[in-house]
Amino acid sequence: MKADSSFILHPSSLILVQGITGREASAMVADALAYGSKIVAGVTPGKGGQQVHGVPVYDTVAEAAAKHHPTVTVISVPAPAALDAALEAFAHGIKFCLIMTERVPRLDTSKLIVAAKRAGCAVIGPNTLGLIRPGVAKLGTIGGRVDNVRRSFTPGRVAVLSRSGGMTTEIASFLTSRGIGQSIAIGVGGDPIIGSNFTELIELLENDPSTDAAVIYGEPGGTAEEQLAERLKKKPSRLRINAFLSGRFVDEMQGVRFGHAAVIVEGERGSVRGKTTALREAGVFVAESFDEIVNGLPGMP
Amino acid sequence: MKLLEHQSKKLLSQFGLAFTPAIVVQTAEAAVQAAKQLQASSFIPHPSSFVLKAQVPFGGRGKAGAVRFADTPGDACRVAGELLAMELRGVKVTSVSVEPKIAFTRELYAGVAWDTTAKLPVALLSVAGGVEVEASKQVARRNFDPWDGLSAFEGRELAAQAGLSGKTLVGIGGALEKLARAFLACDAVLMEINPLVETADGALIGLDAHVEIEDDAAYRQKQRLATLGEIAPTATGRKPTPLELEAQRIDAMDHRGVAGRVVEFDGDLALLIGGGGASLTVFDAIRRHGGKPANYCEVGGNPTEEKVAALTALLLSKPGIKKVAVIMNVVNNTRADVMARGVLLGCEKAGRKPAETISVFRIPGSWEQEARALLAKAGVEALGREMSLDEAARRAVAGVCDRHPSNEIGAHRAPLQQKH
Repeated sequence: MKADSSFILHPSSLILVQGITGREASAMVADALAYGSKIVAGVTPGKGGQQVHGVPVYDTVAEAAAKHHPTVTVISVPAPAALDAALEAFAHGIKFCLIMTERVPRLDTSKLIVAAKRAGCAVIGPNTLGLIRPGVAKLGTIGGRVDNVRRSFTPGRVAVLSRSGGMTTEIASFLTSRGIGQSIAIGVGGDPIIGSNFTELIELLENDPSTDAAVIYGEPGGTAEEQLAERLKKKPSRLRINAFLSGRFVDEMQGVRFGHAAVIVEGERGSVRGKTTALREAGVFVAESFDEIVNGLPGMP
Repeated sequence: MKLLEHQSKKLLSQFGLAFTPAIVVQTAEAAVQAAKQLQASSFIPHPSSFVLKAQVPFGGRGKAGAVRFADTPGDACRVAGELLAMELRGVKVTSVSVEPKIAFTRELYAGVAWDTTAKLPVALLSVAGGVEVEASKQVARRNFDPWDGLSAFEGRELAAQAGLSGKTLVGIGGALEKLARAFLACDAVLMEINPLVETADGALIGLDAHVEIEDDAAYRQKQRLATLGEIAPTATGRKPTPLELEAQRIDAMDHRGVAGRVVEFDGDLALLIGGGGASLTVFDAIRRHGGKPANYCEVGGNPTEEKVAALTALLLSKPGIKKVAVIMNVVNNTRADVMARGVLLGCEKAGRKPAETISVFRIPGSWEQEARALLAKAGVEALGREMSLDEAARRAVAGVCDRHPSNEIGAHRAPLQQKH
């Protein structure tokens, strides 16, 4: 049987934060703890023995894992240290890894995805603000301060998957304003290569008993939307899927060509028009305007 | 960052890949010396003619007339002079590569790039090299492990898959191993040799190469890049407009937050929008409702009041601007009150009354109440999160009085005219 999404962030998941003494990570820990996330330990090499909002800091993941047994890690370290931090987590039994770090070189991302597969660890990111199970817990800075998080996100049965961190909260906030709650909201990461793309996450959510529908936010470039469309054409989903794609005007702007490899590898994929057509042909409702993203969702007329 | 042809070749040579000898010149006179030097070189004893190529960081040079031939050193001088007087896509040609024209029996294509679907690097090989490679259905491809690279035997298997045999197959196996090694060692996002030609005596020689190094990995490629000389700034297809340059300067004033990435259009509604995803969403929505945006921009990461004020004043300084719309997604890092102060100050700097200039202000989230109070004093109503991005865009268009906003898709949509 395929795994459901509960291992990503279960109400009882014990969470580690790597790079916990950083400014952004420290603020994130305060907000996540206030929202109910069970952050049990942090790691910053060389700063073992300190505390961040009451969370003990260790020099190594080995030590933190031996004492607290976390299964989830949030990585918020400088880009040059991200690959090493992820490998350290994989080596010590972490099963789910969320990488917030921006500007991780593609080579490092690709290497860590290969290593994660070998270690049986799922990855979200890099370059994500995080994910949230409304009413339960959150990982990362998604939604910001706890009062803002409570206003934007409400528990329910619609999943939000977004290539933009800011739009994850914006979409959830809009759904909330229309009385539609969310089962999970995930900023999948803004990079060309990410640990879990739309297709992989939809397949996970298809096995998730708490999710009935999904709203997807896509952008120009890459092939994530087309890839999802291909999967849905082969095998329709039990989930109602709505999509909103921004950046239509980018199709009209003149680009600059450099080399042929991009066209050979990605073909004519990447344009918003192409993505829209592919998703519609696969049975996905693609909203013309942002407000239409709620159309046809469970609970909507 | 995109390397020029001669830089790409120099970099790939360091990994044992072979290219035609080339001399890069900045003047027509130097082209004569270069041609004579090539005639005297032993690599190809008597080149009957020369190839001269403008060094610019993008493709399509051949079609643009920037790859030319010359029969004699005197001819090379004239052609170099013509190339050095050219401007391509807003980029002035400042250097020309002079190379011997060599005879070959076969044109191949070899490349390595990232496959974002497989999340792995991919090696590409085609027997249809040259400019038509994209149209070719015969591109063989193979993903490889970023930890291990591509072995020569895997390169030979790819060569066999592409329909090659004999000495060529062996040579290609080695070349692909080297290209893959270079790709990983240099943090490349693209490396291609096209055409990669086979000469009558069976040698494999690259005639042109494209290399792009990942900007985010530049910190660990400094030493290698330093050996290549100055890296040309990335070409965007046209010269930045004075307004875009000024916006870049404003953004660089302070490292805190982004208030820049401005693209200018012919329109009458200035936009101060953000973050990244919301900027795209709002720009589309403004156009869908019949508005004519004067610019695209991305604001985020809590920029300072000074930066926001300077950018607002700049956008309003453009002739024909009726109003400015300030729309962002629910913010948690950027402070709505700082944005409000900046926009109000920017209106003042531009000599405009905020109440008549700000068509909408919609930044829900952190410090929203403080922003609301500041704006109210200036007679501007702040919109909250209950007003969607789409509805805020519709109101912004309605605020620009001579057009009626429409909910019909694209009903009043004007063609998008980038400022040149």
